[in-house]
Amino acid sequence: MKLQTQALCWQSAAAYIVRDVSLHVAEGELVGLIGPNGSGKSTLLRMIYRVLQPTSGGVTADGHDIWRLSARDNARRMAVLAQEDGSEFGFSAREVVLMGRTPHKTPFERDSEADLALVDQALRRVGATHLADRTFATLSGGEKQRVLIARALTQQAGLLVLDEPTNHLDVRYQFEIMNLIRSLGTSAIAALHELHIAAHYCDRLYLLQAGQIVAHGTPAQVLTAETIAAAYRVRAHVHLHPHSGKPRIDFLPDDPL
Amino acid sequence: MSASSFVAASPPSLFLAQRQRMTLLLTSLSGLLLLSLTFSITMGPVDISPAAVWQITLHKLGALVGLDIMRGDWTTAQYNIVWLIRLPRVLLAALVGAGLAVVGVTMQAMVRNPLADPYLLGVSSGASVGAVCVLAYGALGFAGGYALSLGAFAGALAACVAVYLLAHSSGRLLAPRLILGGVAIGYCLSGVTSLITLTAGQRELANAVLTWILGSLAGTQWSDLGLPAVALIAGTLWLALQARALNALLSGDDTASTLGVDTTRVRRSLFLVVSLLTGVMVAVSGAIGFVGLMIPHITRMLVGCEHGRVLPVSMLIGAIFLIWVDVLARISFAPAEVPVGIFTALLGGPFFVWLLYRQRLPAGMGQ
Repeated sequence: MKLQTQALCWQSAAAYIVRDVSLHVAEGELVGLIGPNGSGKSTLLRMIYRVLQPTSGGVTADGHDIWRLSARDNARRMAVLAQEDGSEFGFSAREVVLMGRTPHKTPFERDSEADLALVDQALRRVGATHLADRTFATLSGGEKQRVLIARALTQQAGLLVLDEPTNHLDVRYQFEIMNLIRSLGTSAIAALHELHIAAHYCDRLYLLQAGQIVAHGTPAQVLTAETIAAAYRVRAHVHLHPHSGKPRIDFLPDDPL
Repeated sequence: MSASSFVAASPPSLFLAQRQRMTLLLTSLSGLLLLSLTFSITMGPVDISPAAVWQITLHKLGALVGLDIMRGDWTTAQYNIVWLIRLPRVLLAALVGAGLAVVGVTMQAMVRNPLADPYLLGVSSGASVGAVCVLAYGALGFAGGYALSLGAFAGALAACVAVYLLAHSSGRLLAPRLILGGVAIGYCLSGVTSLITLTAGQRELANAVLTWILGSLAGTQWSDLGLPAVALIAGTLWLALQARALNALLSGDDTASTLGVDTTRVRRSLFLVVSLLTGVMVAVSGAIGFVGLMIPHITRMLVGCEHGRVLPVSMLIGAIFLIWVDVLARISFAPAEVPVGIFTALLGGPFFVWLLYRQRLPAGMGQ
């Protein structure tokens, strides 16, 4: 699944929150969206996953304008892990995963054995079979993310949109979740907070600052000492890992800019 | 490998076990409903045996299709009490209880707040204003016997629309504003109802309206049952088709939307169905509070949040509940009768306090 945005803008009464953002995700690519807090990452993603209508510009998924698709058709193309997921109600993990079938069912259809098999399969895939009958709200952050990834899998969409999937997770679970996402091989775009995660896992990055893309390319091209200093206002030393060639960042908080 | 062989190969699913449990639960609740209907009819100033209840009912039903069956040794007085007085009333209690429970379930999902019920969102108050206008001014005279229902529906819908518009901001529905707006509009409309009642200059009206505001099933006739029955069946069937959408809505608007639910359209139609059901129920029974609040909670404790299960179970529990509360209203201060709404309030208030005390705002309030 290919995703493309064209000159996306979102404007509040006072100012542009997102301005002129054109980006793309190629088949099978994991694309990272980085930038300081308030740079417009979430707003941009909400326009991509068809919840926020852009002031101008457009989003296409495999060439289809997403706003000309119904919510249902769109949901069969992209699955979303949003930051706030309100599944605070007493649903079991299995019920949450089964919700991934929503866009595939008509009101008159019952859940079929095939649906339930997909749910079991997805839970196995993310290693959450043992969580199936637990109440979703009582799971830990990492467990919740795994269950939501399972939901995305049962949605059988070609594109994953992730808003800070590693937020509030311990380091170990950050890697676990990112490894899992990487291993799916689905095209994906993820807003990411931690630069070392973005550097290690993403094929390409877009750096967003004040609603605009200020740098894009491979992690090595985007994550330089200069761009980090300009966007995050922190001095850093960046070197490329001798084996992987991926950038590693040492922050130097004691050094003045 | 086909899907079914895949399932056969996997360990027996708890999910399927859950389905069997569900069937069992629905069967036992239906049985309980039948027992409740029977025994609640036997209770009252005149004792009537359960057997007589069924003999009279089956005899009458048989007569309707031209059969002469179950000719027992009951008296005409017993026949009149069962067929003309108690049976329609008990059936209406069941219909209204079921309807209010279903409305409560739906509203709680719509606004993602376990405190929502037709009372809280001003819908009942709107229905009351509409109905009181009909009683006091003879409004909607063209609708004949349905004027009261039509007035209540119009009032409920108007209140719903007002609350909806208040809560709408830049294309999004804000749940906190929905609740606060509902409370505000509810108070205004209660004021309007009282004003109309006191200034209409009809002494009997004040009494009629008072009983009715408190919620009462007294004096139910067979002709009162048709509209609520049709509305309940049609409304609940439609809601059952929306079960997946309701589940998704409970997880939040963005999530629902990314799961393929057209949230704006679904919510709009839910508003319409909720207004219709509330209007029809309020028109026949007055404003009976707390049923729409308590029954969904009790149901979720039993079967979780999934609406495919919550809707039918809450309907049955609501029906059983209101049948018995109405029995209390009939017999506890006999020969005087207390409006049933007073008893639902007396039970509902402490129920909620108990929930708070247990620190367990069930399935819905988060932690």
